[in-house]
Amino acid sequence: MGTTDARPEAGKYTGSRVEQSNREVAELANREYKYGWETSLESDTIERGLNEDIIRFISEKKNEPDWLLAWRLKAYRHWQTMSEPTWANVSYPPIDFQQQRYYSAPKRKQQPLNSLEEVDRELLETFEKLGIPLEEQKRLAGVAVDAVFDSVSVATTHSEILEKRGIIFCSFSEAVLKHPELVQQYLGSVVPYSDNYFAALNSAVFSDGSFCYIPKGVKCPMDLSTYFRINAAETGQFERTLIIAEEGASVNYLEGCTAPMRDENQLHAAIVELIAMDNATINYSTVQNWYAGDEEGKGGIYNFVTKRGICKGVNSRISWTQVETGSAITWKYPGCILQGDNSVGEFYSVALSNKRQQADTGTKMIHMGRNTKSTIISKTISAAHGNNSYRGLVQVMPKAANARNYTQCDSLLIGDKCGAHTFPYVEVRNSSSAVEHEASTSKISEDQLFYCKQRGIGPEDAISMVINGFCKEVFDHLPMEFAVEATNLLSVSLEGSVG
Amino acid sequence: MLEITNIHATVEGNEILKGIDLQVKPGEVHAIMGPNGSGKSTLAQVLAGNEEYDVTEGAAHFLGEDVLDLPAEERARLGLFLAFQYPVEIPGISNAYFLQAGLNEIRKSNGLGELDAMEFQELLREKMELVAIDPRFADRPVNDGFSGGEKKRNEILQMAVLEPKLAILDETDSGLDIDALRIVSDGVNKLRSPERSFILVTHYQRLLNYIVPDYVHVLFDGRLVKSGGKELAYELEEKGYDWIKEELITAS
Repeated sequence: MGTTDARPEAGKYTGSRVEQSNREVAELANREYKYGWETSLESDTIERGLNEDIIRFISEKKNEPDWLLAWRLKAYRHWQTMSEPTWANVSYPPIDFQQQRYYSAPKRKQQPLNSLEEVDRELLETFEKLGIPLEEQKRLAGVAVDAVFDSVSVATTHSEILEKRGIIFCSFSEAVLKHPELVQQYLGSVVPYSDNYFAALNSAVFSDGSFCYIPKGVKCPMDLSTYFRINAAETGQFERTLIIAEEGASVNYLEGCTAPMRDENQLHAAIVELIAMDNATINYSTVQNWYAGDEEGKGGIYNFVTKRGICKGVNSRISWTQVETGSAITWKYPGCILQGDNSVGEFYSVALSNKRQQADTGTKMIHMGRNTKSTIISKTISAAHGNNSYRGLVQVMPKAANARNYTQCDSLLIGDKCGAHTFPYVEVRNSSSAVEHEASTSKISEDQLFYCKQRGIGPEDAISMVINGFCKEVFDHLPMEFAVEATNLLSVSLEGSVG
Repeated sequence: MLEITNIHATVEGNEILKGIDLQVKPGEVHAIMGPNGSGKSTLAQVLAGNEEYDVTEGAAHFLGEDVLDLPAEERARLGLFLAFQYPVEIPGISNAYFLQAGLNEIRKSNGLGELDAMEFQELLREKMELVAIDPRFADRPVNDGFSGGEKKRNEILQMAVLEPKLAILDETDSGLDIDALRIVSDGVNKLRSPERSFILVTHYQRLLNYIVPDYVHVLFDGRLVKSGGKELAYELEEKGYDWIKEELITAS
């Protein structure tokens, strides 16, 4: 399908205006990444490199059943036959997978961990500093949190309250031990290990993540959330999240992520699988704020993630909302397989590329059932030398009578060295379906800024106002606290990019 | 209030204003009329601080401060308001949010406390009533999807909320039908006070039937070539701008 490229014209303004803008840039710049510190604590980290022994080691560490080890090894052997994808509109030096470490966990004073009192003080403090208090008296009301630190989940809050309703919310490792039948039934059922290069890698070496099961007819009484923190150097994070919503169940799930500032790039290759049965709803929101690297593009996280949900049942609904402000490179396409009749898939995305960040992100909507509907709203913001691509696939299968898709891709450019690209792929094999695509590219206009200033609003606030207005349709789909965080994050991430 | 001396201004190297002098005292309403391209809007933009215009000569004092060196937001905070000829759209941001942000900045810089959302709602409701504007304006995104007339009325609402000391209305009457013109003019008249001054920039005499000025100035080719009372507007309406041109030619 057609692609469109957009680059702002350079030299549109007179010299003095550019100088003026650059001055503003300099004045606004240099606010540091707030989460770039590191927790120093003893950890259990394995040697660099990847081979079958490493995989056996990880599996053994977690006391996994044999079938899971066998599955990991199958994934690993398949991965070895694959090559790294190069089709994404991003560039980075080849990754030496033998130079990575595939497991790192904070050392525990005793095993196993039974209550929060046994969690290391420093870990509790780490999460508290990140704004995620885990201790009973301080923890966030109304949100249950699974806190993942490097390769392990360190704590899950509110799980007792949830248990009373039959909701399972725990770390992936715990789910493997306590609910092996559920894990075995659904693991890899939406994202098979052979799906893509990074999915195969994750399936081989995944360490922890969150597991969530909402039984039939249950509306989850609070938002569930996972907070991912990478701490150890030269260590990749490979987590998996699996969420199952049985018939008539519903859940809101939130995901947040941060990492220390380091000069080396770090790899994050996660998998998220969502399963929605008849009349079930899953809302999955992400605020991704991995370390983005510095102005010269040094350091930062490589965020290579596979996220997919299946609307298995009739009238089921899966909604992805993502605010991607961090990472040096983002490569992710949260998608929906709309199998059940009348099922609905949604994708709302804000992706920001500042400094030297590169993002190639979008979604896949696969319409299989009748009367299935999907909505895609993508807002990309490119600033400084940032490069942002929307890549989306809308596929309508022969049996998907009356399928509907609406896609809207808006790009906002700040400055004249950034780029925005749109790669929409549409495949329709059914004549009763309708697919709409709208795209726009704009610059923050001087007129808008002058108008705000004439009303007394300072230049920095004016920019953040215009950007927040641009993103509003997406932010409206975030839970309240997340929307506030996203708004703040965006203005921090954009400081220093006025053009 | 405002004292302009010998202002020259250029856009992209073209000199548009060629030496303007003007004095506006508190409570006065001045109309600046002139044919298209005479520099009326440039004068409004220059006073408001639009950086696309370069002031090459002259000075402008507003409340005793030399404002030409101040950025636009500082001038706004001092109490200078421009009702735009082409109000700008800001999609996704509600009028109420936008105005609350502006008003609070202005209040802060004048040593007043910020209004919270409740207090602001109350104020906004009062002002909407005052200038006869549909309360639904509050939640609509700033000028986005507004008709031309609605945009102009929104400017008057903003003026009512921000309570400037000097308001410059740049062709606020253009594109308005007679009913909208009456609503806009009523709004302005309600805001007239012995402390507040206005500069009405307009092409037509029509507006001046509704908002009666104290002084009328004719801007021609970057200069104020004629000043007088409100009767000058009628003379212009009758004789057209050619009459001024001819006078100028005769004089030179």
